[in-house]
Amino acid sequence: MPADSSSREGQVPGVTAVMQGSSVVVAIGGLPIRLRCDDPDFVRSIEERYAGYVSSSHNARFDFEIELAPAGTLSRDEDVRVTWDSGRWLMERGDFRAEWNPSTARGRIQQTTNPYSLDSVLRIVHTLLLAREGGFLLHASSAIRNGRAFLFSGVSGAGKTTMARLAPPDAALLTDEISYVTRQKGRYVAVGTPFYGELARAGENLQAPIEALYLLAKGPENIIEPITGPDAVRGLLGNILFFARESEFVKLVFDTACDFAAHIPVRRLTFTPDTSVWDLIA
Amino acid sequence: MKNYRYVARSKSIAARALGDETMVMSATDSTLFTLNEVASVIWAAADGVTPLEEIVRNRICAQYDIAPEVAMKDAQTLVEGLADHGLLLLSDQPLVPPGSSRGEAP
Repeated sequence: MPADSSSREGQVPGVTAVMQGSSVVVAIGGLPIRLRCDDPDFVRSIEERYAGYVSSSHNARFDFEIELAPAGTLSRDEDVRVTWDSGRWLMERGDFRAEWNPSTARGRIQQTTNPYSLDSVLRIVHTLLLAREGGFLLHASSAIRNGRAFLFSGVSGAGKTTMARLAPPDAALLTDEISYVTRQKGRYVAVGTPFYGELARAGENLQAPIEALYLLAKGPENIIEPITGPDAVRGLLGNILFFARESEFVKLVFDTACDFAAHIPVRRLTFTPDTSVWDLIA
Repeated sequence: MKNYRYVARSKSIAARALGDETMVMSATDSTLFTLNEVASVIWAAADGVTPLEEIVRNRICAQYDIAPEVAMKDAQTLVEGLADHGLLLLSDQPLVPPGSSRGEAP
C-alpha cells in the first residue's frame, strides 16, 4: 500500500507551522502505529521492510515522527537504555534516540536509515505495551500447526532459526527470532511478527492459541522433557525481551511469566537438526 | 546485621509460590531466587511484626524435625542473605515494608 502523504500542525505549543511528510501505519499484534518521516524514500523502505504488517487503515493508536540523522553520527556500539522520565519513555542506543509519551500517544525517533534501529524501537514499544496486557516478546521462533501455535525458545545458537527452517509445509511460520505473545480472552496467543533472524523473512501475519513452549537444546537425538515450577519460569524469563527496569514493570513481567508457565506446558526439546524433530510437534 | 528481631518482605520484589517452593525476583536488578520449602515458610511469615524467633519456633520447629538453635541459626543465615540482596528488611523494631518512593510508570 502506498505511503500516506499528509500534513499536520506541529506539536510544539505555540507553533502552528504545518509539517509535511509521508507516513505509513504498521500494525504488529493488531496494534497500529503510524510512522511519519519527511523522507519518502525511507517511508517506502519501511513499507517494504514491514510488508504484510502495513495497515490499510489510516487509524493508529500511536504516532511516531522519525528524524533521520546523517550517516556516521550514530553508532550501534552501546547497550539499550529504556527509562521513564517526566511522563515519557526514553529509549536510547548508539544508533537511535527515541521518546514516547503514552498519554499523548506521540513519540519521536532520531535514527539513521538503518532499518534495524526502527525495529529495535518498535520492539521496545511493544514490550512496554504488552507488559500491561499480560503479554511479552520472547526470543523464540514460532509456528502454527493444526490451528495451534508452538514456540521454540533459546539464546542465540540454540536452534530457533533451525527449527523454523525444518518446519513442514503445513506449518505457518510466525517468526524465526522474536515471538509475540498476547493474552486474549484468558488464552495465550502467538501472533506473527516482521522481526526476523537469520531466516531474513518476516513471519506470516497470523495468530493462534499457544499449545506449548519448547526450550531448545541441541543433542544427538530428539527428546522432549517436561519442565515445571521454578525451572519453567526461570527458563521463560531468561528469554523474555525485557528493557524497562522500573520495578513495576519487573513485577508485571515476573507475574506474567509465572502465569504463563502455570497455563502453558513448558518442555525442553533436545533435538538433532533434521526434519524428524517435527514429528514430535503436533 | 545481628541486632534485629523482625523481618519483612521488601516491596521491591515480585514473588510467587510454586508448589512448596517460592520464586522471588528482585525488581531492582531482576535477579531471580528460588526458595526451598523451609525458606518459603519463613518468607511467607516475614510480615514485619512477627519476631523471627517466633516464626522459627511456631512455623519451623513445630513442623520440621530440627533443633531450635540449629533452626534459628539457619534462619538467620537465610534472612541475612536475602537482606543482602534487598529482598528482606531487618529491624530491631516491628516494621511494615515502606512503599516505593519513586513515581510509578503508567
